[in-house]
Amino acid sequence: MAAAGEPIIEFRGIRRTYGSGEAEVRALDGVDLTIRRGEFVAIMGPSGSGKSTAMNIIGFLDRPTTGTYLFEGKDVSALNRDQRALIRRHYLGFVFQGFNLLARTSALENVELPLIYKGLGRAERSALAAEALAKVGLQGREHHDPSELSGGQQQRVAIARALAGDPVVILADEPTGNLDTTRSREIMELLVRLNREDGITIVMVTHEEDMAAHAGRLVTFIDGRVASDRAMPAREAAQ
Amino acid sequence: MIWETVRLALQAILRNALRSFLTVLGVVIGVAAVIAMVTIGQGSSDQVTASVESLGTNVLILRPGRAMMGPGVRDDAPEFRLADAEAMSTLSVVAAAAPVASSTLTAVYGNANATTLVTGTGASYLDVLNWPVVRGRSFADAEERSGAAVCLIGETVRQKLFGNTDPTGEAIRLKSVSCEVVGLLQAKGASTFGQDQDDTIIVPIRMLQRRVTGTTDVSSIRVALAPGVTTARGIREIEALMRERRRIGIGEDDDFSVTDMAEISSMLTGINNVLAGLLSAVAAVSLLVGGIGIMNIMLVSVTERTREIGIRLAVGAQARQVMMQFLIEAVVLSLIGGLIGILLGLALAYVAAQLMAIPFAPSLPVVLLAFIFSAFVGVVFGYFPARSAARLDPIEALRYQ
Ligand SMILES: Nc1ncnc2c1ncn2[C@@H]1O[C@H](COP(=O)(O)OP(=O)(O)OP(=O)(O)O)[C@@H](O)[C@H]1O
Ligand SMILES: [Mg+2]
Repeated sequence: MAAAGEPIIEFRGIRRTYGSGEAEVRALDGVDLTIRRGEFVAIMGPSGSGKSTAMNIIGFLDRPTTGTYLFEGKDVSALNRDQRALIRRHYLGFVFQGFNLLARTSALENVELPLIYKGLGRAERSALAAEALAKVGLQGREHHDPSELSGGQQQRVAIARALAGDPVVILADEPTGNLDTTRSREIMELLVRLNREDGITIVMVTHEEDMAAHAGRLVTFIDGRVASDRAMPAREAAQ
Repeated sequence: MIWETVRLALQAILRNALRSFLTVLGVVIGVAAVIAMVTIGQGSSDQVTASVESLGTNVLILRPGRAMMGPGVRDDAPEFRLADAEAMSTLSVVAAAAPVASSTLTAVYGNANATTLVTGTGASYLDVLNWPVVRGRSFADAEERSGAAVCLIGETVRQKLFGNTDPTGEAIRLKSVSCEVVGLLQAKGASTFGQDQDDTIIVPIRMLQRRVTGTTDVSSIRVALAPGVTTARGIREIEALMRERRRIGIGEDDDFSVTDMAEISSMLTGINNVLAGLLSAVAAVSLLVGGIGIMNIMLVSVTERTREIGIRLAVGAQARQVMMQFLIEAVVLSLIGGLIGILLGLALAYVAAQLMAIPFAPSLPVVLLAFIFSAFVGVVFGYFPARSAARLDPIEALRYQ
């Protein structure tokens, strides 16, 4: 394991194109970006600027067309499907805009999902899942279905799911996009706490300045490139 | 992990219980048909075997008339006589030869009466059929020779006339003849053709001829061959004797037929097998349709659960784990269908066995085979949907609405 402050995610000239010839779309057009362990990075930018594409590559859901991706210092640009699944399983947690919980499945079982693939036994799984739910403030809701929970609560279940597998990095693509301001702030406070108290590296895409203000660093994408990359004074002040 | 997956599969199946049931209906019907057919088939061939044994091994039936004419059709061939049977029993290839004549009569005892088949024959008839007298005795030689008014009754007749009391020594009336019951025949059950063999009365043939039918005709002769004599040789010698006695010239056809009971029973078994084969083909088609049903529903399920697959992939499931999940779900589904089918098939076979009065003969290997086969259907027809689930792209699957 790398020590805090060491680069964990490094993009070198990452390019991701869709289609070919006339119809070619350059979703990412030569991105250089280094994220260090323990950082809380917010990514902003206009619609279609390549934020989600970058998140998918960071999250091993996708591969760059060209360029080099170093994860914990190792070149992972060319890993196959199964190898990428293993990295997701052991290092990453995802939080999506649309929550993406399994319907008709209790909060506890939703949170247990990554642990199943980690090969944990039943008792251990439900203990860890209950712990993660407690951490996001959902103790007592273990046996509720997503349909019985509010949007904010559902997103907290999703965060617990991302958390349960003990990830190094949590990737959140517009985690507050479907929530009102109060619920959004609660989710952001939760993410900040996970970042500070558990040292989990967090990369978050958002459209809202207010939300980005919780991060320690703001990266702005325009047309598939990094347009600006700066530390957030607001956050320093808050600390 | 595998139990985890099975549990998961059961959950997914139960979540849509009605749809799952309709999906497996094809497999249920297919398996039930196979199980019922095989079980009924086995029962009726057991029955055939048992009735062949009850006919005695190496038993022949001689009837006047050409074999070609078929049952019930008469030509002008002369009837047999008692002397024919007597002559036949002197042959070294013959163990016993029983002349048979019969008539349907109403037997009366007190207020009770029973209309039944009265067979005139001799004690040797019981030897030929391996049919013991369980109470009382068979006919004495003197009674046969004189045509005494004595009779043996079957269990059904006893129930109708006497209930459970001892019938021996009682007198029943057949037409105008008062006839002493000297013995009770062992219960035999239904014959291969479904007749109740216990619904019968046996009297000395001379008594029947003289006091009931008023003729000296013998309608058939039942022959048991001596031990060690082949059926072919027995038939040859009996035919030679009968041709001589009936004065059939060289080159002329027989005017009587000799039927080998073993032949009839093997023919019946053959018919059984053909029927079972046909129905198995129907069952196979139904299993195929059932399998396609499972494939269809699994494909629908993969599409419906695209997002779920995306979530699983995102949290670190590998393609083959997703594949296994759907494959196991298909197998569990078709195994459930198989189990229901097995139970239904056995129940059908049981009811049919009761109705047809044949033994209920479930076969463990067949049940196991059906079980394994339904798992196989699940694997074959679950493979394609499972593979398409495993090939989904996680990003697209997550975005799927
Ligand atoms: N699967 C795809 N096929 C073709 N083009 C794609 C695909 N995915 C993304 N794109 C294109 O790549 C570009 C970047 O898309 P991306 O989703 O990364 O944008 P984004 O910054 O996340 O936008 P938004 O803020 O609207 O979520 C867009 O022009 C988009 O149309
Ligand atoms: Mg996006």
